[in-house]
Amino acid sequence: MGRLWKFEETIDTDVLAPGPYMNAPLSELAGHCLEALRPEFASSVRVGDVLLASDNMGAGSSREQAAEVLKHLGIEAIVATSFAGIFYRNAINLGLPVFVLPSSLTDVPQLKDGAKVSVDFDQSMLTLTDFDMDINLEPLPNFLRDLVADGGLVPHLAKRFAG
Amino acid sequence: MTTLAQKLIAEASGQENVAVGDVVICNVNLAMIHDSGGPRRVKPILEKLDRKVWDPNRVVVVTDHYVPAYDDETRAIQKLTRDWVYDQEIKNFYQEQGICHVVVTENGHIVPGMFCVGGDSHSPTGGAFGAYMFGVGATEMAGVLATGEIWVKVPETIMIEWRNSLSPLVTAKDMMLMTCRSIGLGGGRYQAIQYAGQAVYNLSMQERMTMSNMAAELGAQAGLIAPDEITAEYINNAGGKLPQDWQSYRIETPDLEGEALRFDASSLAPQIAAPHSPANADDAEAFRNIPLDIAYIGACTGAKYVDLKAAAKLLRGRSVAKGVTLKVAPASLLDQKQAKADGTMQILEEAGAQFLPTSCGICAGYGSDRLLEGQVCLSSTARNFRGRMGAANSKVYLASPYTVAASAITGEMTDPRHLMEV
Repeated sequence: MGRLWKFEETIDTDVLAPGPYMNAPLSELAGHCLEALRPEFASSVRVGDVLLASDNMGAGSSREQAAEVLKHLGIEAIVATSFAGIFYRNAINLGLPVFVLPSSLTDVPQLKDGAKVSVDFDQSMLTLTDFDMDINLEPLPNFLRDLVADGGLVPHLAKRFAG
Repeated sequence: MTTLAQKLIAEASGQENVAVGDVVICNVNLAMIHDSGGPRRVKPILEKLDRKVWDPNRVVVVTDHYVPAYDDETRAIQKLTRDWVYDQEIKNFYQEQGICHVVVTENGHIVPGMFCVGGDSHSPTGGAFGAYMFGVGATEMAGVLATGEIWVKVPETIMIEWRNSLSPLVTAKDMMLMTCRSIGLGGGRYQAIQYAGQAVYNLSMQERMTMSNMAAELGAQAGLIAPDEITAEYINNAGGKLPQDWQSYRIETPDLEGEALRFDASSLAPQIAAPHSPANADDAEAFRNIPLDIAYIGACTGAKYVDLKAAAKLLRGRSVAKGVTLKVAPASLLDQKQAKADGTMQILEEAGAQFLPTSCGICAGYGSDRLLEGQVCLSSTARNFRGRMGAANSKVYLASPYTVAASAITGEMTDPRHLMEV
């Protein structure tokens, strides 16, 4: 179980993984994740938290660190009304579950910043634990589900090469 | 009816036909990587998988992000890149020649009919040549380098048609800012965009590259333009191998599922996009009287030879306003050489421009040169996200090289047509 981090504005890759820190080790880069929008994010986010974003989540650069820093900081899943294509692929390749929210951010008033949540990967479901409320998310296509279930593209390929 | 995107993907996947929505595995004809997302990221993954690159002749490596290296970390990245390239026996290695999207095309690597991936989000640039090309992250690139394959979901084609001709001092960059303004940054929905119409076919290859390049800003996977004689001539001059059947990729499908977006090029005014999104564009006139600190002509989007020449057209015999710094980072050594040969560089220099190395420069914010706190920059680059080019509270506006040059002269955001009788 974790908490929900809700962002109403479009999150681009430059605020996730700012260019000036791109030559630093991942742990240092992660410390600057989203600081332009929420300076407290990197220091307060905990393992199991879920990021909720609006349209075109992860727009911009192909830099994979934009997804990797979120995984490094413990984000368990990203839920957004839509994703930028490269970011979506990157997250899946890193084994970080991404789900499309079929409604708008405002349709469900209980989806508040800081709400207690859990994600059921197999059921593609987000549960708001305080309200005992389940929200269905768009399921991943099967072969992408397998990729995430394997832990991402590298373990998936390792399995393929071994087999 | 088969779209250009479908033909390219069908051929790459070895299928007779592919339908929109099909997920297929494609063979990659060319994989391009740079020093940031490339060797330093893919090397450990390939080692973990115990694989070398599947075909060194199909890999192009360009150093452009951490160029020039300026500290121990960035020097280490350059050394790692070199060592890995030699170890993998990759012949197509362009060291500090320019920005990958420009270097790869000016060396004739991209031709109609190819299926290519690039380790950079502006990889749709290759679509200007009638090739399917898109950007991927490092892990996915490592997968491509290990297997020579990648999956794609066959995209819809979103036709963007520009009718009639552009007015003088209005460019491909203005067309793209107008498109961002009209359909927003998610408007490409990770489908394939195809540009068509008289104004598009009138453009030189470098300007077409600007269109395809900024398909990334629209959130499209690819930004295609059907090849024509201009494409063929460019490839021949670049020493590329034009396939015999290149005309078979001259597919225009303007009235497909999903309506085409149509614009009238003749009524387009120079555009400026306000911070922090290319979609915040409006006619340049709407921004008059906003002062700037930095005028930047840079990047794969906005510092190719045609862009430098455009800037020089305004700057000839004029000087940069007091208090403004004009920085110019030509997109490649070849672009710079051409601009030197015809006097373009000299015009820029005499107007007071400062020159930066032929690399990604301030655009990516990776180099030592960055925007300071609160600085206002008008830039010919593609992207103006918060903090991208430096301090989080710096402000980046986007425009064409003409508009950047005009504004450098007056010291405030200026429609270039005010400075020139057209």
